[in-house]
Amino acid sequence: MQLTEEKTAGETAVEEEYTPLIVAFCCNWCSYSGADTAGSSRFQYPANIKIVRVPCSGRVNPLFILRAFQRGADGVIICGCHPGDCHYTTGNYYARRRMTLLFSMLDYLGIEPERIRMEWVSAAEGAKFAAVMNDFAATINRLGKNRKLRDLRCAK
Amino acid sequence: MREMRDKLVSRVKELLADGSCDRVIGWRAGEFCYDVTPEIFTADNVDEMIFDDFCGPNQSKYLVNAPKSDDKKIIVLLKPCDSYSYNELITEHRIQPEKIHAIGVPCTGMVDIDKIRAKGIAGITGIEEDEAGTMLTVHTIYGDSTVAKKDVLEDRCYFCKGKKHVAGDEMLVPDEEAPDTPEAGDRMAEVARLEAMAPQERFDFWRSQLSKCIRCNACRNACPACTCRTCVFDNPASGVSAKVNVNSFEENMFHIIRAFHVAGRCTDCGECSRVCPQNIPLHLLNRKFIKDIDELYGTFQAGAEPDVRGPLVSYTEGDAEASVVLRREN
Repeated sequence: MQLTEEKTAGETAVEEEYTPLIVAFCCNWCSYSGADTAGSSRFQYPANIKIVRVPCSGRVNPLFILRAFQRGADGVIICGCHPGDCHYTTGNYYARRRMTLLFSMLDYLGIEPERIRMEWVSAAEGAKFAAVMNDFAATINRLGKNRKLRDLRCAK
Repeated sequence: MREMRDKLVSRVKELLADGSCDRVIGWRAGEFCYDVTPEIFTADNVDEMIFDDFCGPNQSKYLVNAPKSDDKKIIVLLKPCDSYSYNELITEHRIQPEKIHAIGVPCTGMVDIDKIRAKGIAGITGIEEDEAGTMLTVHTIYGDSTVAKKDVLEDRCYFCKGKKHVAGDEMLVPDEEAPDTPEAGDRMAEVARLEAMAPQERFDFWRSQLSKCIRCNACRNACPACTCRTCVFDNPASGVSAKVNVNSFEENMFHIIRAFHVAGRCTDCGECSRVCPQNIPLHLLNRKFIKDIDELYGTFQAGAEPDVRGPLVSYTEGDAEASVVLRREN
């Protein structure tokens, strides 16, 4: 009997310890360097944010985002150069239109639109990078586990 | 309708006889009069071609994979809504208009066999339209019945784009003299109704719809905008190829990506919903993208004219940020 109680208590504890998994797609030229700047300037941001480096925010395919959710991500953030500053001149402008439509579609399907975000972070904006990540992590913490867009076979 | 069919066949015969064209994509009735499929006819069998109220299939897509010929053109028959898809395929360089002779055919709305059956009519062997095009006589093995045509139209025909063709080398009947098309409703009303729901209600609605998907790929195969040689869902290297949906995630993913891949190129011809054996309202996903594009980037009708850059292959510096989704009043 005692054992069962202990087990129940243990499960509750696991539930409380929940830390969200966040995937950040960062463009090589601005945001990835922005993360570097944040690190070398000792700005703190949560360790559960996994950064995937992409050549340009325009490289981010909607499938990347959906598959991140499939594999258990609770939030996905796409970071790129500020409009006008793209290394390839226009990549982020195209990305902006695509992502706007994708976010709107997920909202239309009833999936929380707060789980996905797009932000512009330059290589010099280490402080902004940390602030954005802290804010996004807080949002995802509040929303809790991603249950609506997830492949249960990928759950641990 | 019968006179129109005879007029069409005699015009096609003239074109096949004068040597400029040697084949035509037409419609053939299958085992039953309502099982209509597109087929390529030549001068030998063009008499078997039909043109009636069941000729819904959009032929423009079949031009992509039709056998090529260097000197002879292929004839294609375009209803007004098909002509938008035709323009879109020209824009994307998927077909060569100089090798095609497009005949615009009039359309007064296509009929949905399931709606006739829902009226309790069984054993259907044929339909006939009256002169005015308002009443249908349905021949069955039990005798004839009549139904009002406006009650049994395909869903998409209630949102008709009108009788004007936007492409075509010749018109069977000039657009001004063509019979009137069904009265068009507000095609975005249903999308707006869904947007107004609470997120959980929307989620439940789409779950109830998308969970019906049997992944037959008919929506993709019939879509005139889906013309990739190898679809991402058939490509083993893509990591998402699959024969069936194994869980709710894959059902969602397939339909989000299918609609996304035609966003900005979808002419809203309604083929996806027409061919869906599970009656999933797929056009509501496409229309959501169309509505967003119209609201955010300016009104755009894909295929209204050829060689126009679509909204997802162009941009302006002042475009809305993606966070606009969170602020919009739904």
